[in-house]
Amino acid sequence: MANIPDDLHYSKDHEWVRVDGNVAVVGITDYAQDSLGDVVYVELPKVGEKFAANESFGSVESVKAVSEVFCPVSGEIVGVNDSLNDAPEKVNEDSYGEGWMIRVAMSNPGEVDSMLTAAEYEDFTKAETE
Amino acid sequence: MFSESDDLVRAKTRVTAVAPELKQTPLNAVHRRMGGRMVDFGGWDMPVQYPAGTIEEHLRTRNHAGLFDVSHMGEIDVRGAEAIALVNYLVSNDATKLVDGQAQYSALTTHEGTVVDDLLVYRFAEDHLLLVVNAGTTEKDWEWISTHRRSEAAELNNVSSEYCQLALQGPNALGILQKLTDVPLAEIKYYHFKEGQVDGVHAIVSRTGYTGEDGFEVYAAADKGEQIWNKMLDAGNFGSDTGVLPCGLAARNTLRLEAGMALYGHEIDEQTTLLEANLGWICKLNKGDFIGRDALARQKEEGIRRRLIGFEVTERGIARDEQDVLINGERVGKVTSGSPAPFLKKNIGMGYVPVESANEGQEIQIDVRGKLVGARIVKTPFYKREK
Repeated sequence: MANIPDDLHYSKDHEWVRVDGNVAVVGITDYAQDSLGDVVYVELPKVGEKFAANESFGSVESVKAVSEVFCPVSGEIVGVNDSLNDAPEKVNEDSYGEGWMIRVAMSNPGEVDSMLTAAEYEDFTKAETE
Repeated sequence: MFSESDDLVRAKTRVTAVAPELKQTPLNAVHRRMGGRMVDFGGWDMPVQYPAGTIEEHLRTRNHAGLFDVSHMGEIDVRGAEAIALVNYLVSNDATKLVDGQAQYSALTTHEGTVVDDLLVYRFAEDHLLLVVNAGTTEKDWEWISTHRRSEAAELNNVSSEYCQLALQGPNALGILQKLTDVPLAEIKYYHFKEGQVDGVHAIVSRTGYTGEDGFEVYAAADKGEQIWNKMLDAGNFGSDTGVLPCGLAARNTLRLEAGMALYGHEIDEQTTLLEANLGWICKLNKGDFIGRDALARQKEEGIRRRLIGFEVTERGIARDEQDVLINGERVGKVTSGSPAPFLKKNIGMGYVPVESANEGQEIQIDVRGKLVGARIVKTPFYKREK
């Protein structure tokens, strides 16, 4: 069973958001990393780039597949996890911790409220695998 | 997430019941029980990986041993006084050179010298051959071969569903398999086979594979597949860090790519000729008439315009199937297979470029989803085991 922490917000594209004041920390879920398999490459944006909600901000590649990752909230990139360049496997090993991807200064923090709760995301992933 | 993916995982991963239209090998339930991630592979419900993951499966095969269910491959039995003559007319390699107990890599060719399928031809006797063909092309091959049968003295049977086929590959393959059989495995030369008992079951034991490692492919009655699979895992210490691992299609693909082997539908198809695909070594133009010979002879004389090459990505990025290849800013060809190479720890690929540029050291670029990434043509195979 995939790990789905209670204190995070989730997207239907399998990203998670941790709210830290005005900043959203974004990564992909345990369910997503497990579905992808061994992550071998992560392409992330640069600090200062701006994204609208649900816009693609980069890509995650496993041996077999490429998946885009989407920014669940609007805002400006204020931090990027550069350590994933050399250690992309952190996305598999610790998807909610050291595998985080970007920090976004939110321009509309209310967008977080429309994301899924942990319970809703769990139901969503169950429905997706049926 | 999951907006893009390549063809091996074109169908979404399913962890639930198999879709009714997909074909299953005799080991389907075993794969599910072992946690195999099942995907639709050319109409077959197959494991793309097991819980250990593709990278570990790949490395274990290179360093120890890997076990692959390849029962989806097709088998076509050819018997009769004209068996060899018929096959020799259909394929590009010289089937008359085979001796009993020998296998040969070959290709079914079109009249244009392009490829209907690549295959192995096994000779059991001068009136008995077995053709082992790709899973996704078995029906097409059967139609093609049946249509070109010229004599009553060659009897054809599609026996694909009667066989299971297990590939045990890697430096420990011989030692593991020897625990299960009296067949003297060390005496079987590369691309040869013997018949005998494996765990008490009649089997064909062939020293062949698709990984670049030493290893064996074992053919037996379909209903014995699970028994032999389980015995191979036990004999190979499955569960220990140096034991055998079951491997999915993703590792099979990265292993064959490192070994520089062609995959039907990627490097070769009905639009590419054998000469373009560097398979001139299986074109025996002087063996007598065969389908496609004239076209291949003409192309050999006139020269090919494009050629299959291997490349290494030299900048950050992973080349993938179907992406454009550029030279000096011009789009000149396409990637046929592109992937991370888990053993070599590089990003590699194969693709077609104009013959005048198909030289080792040539700098190329790959259009990786709109970003041009540098790469360099290198010698293939990318990986060659120490003998």
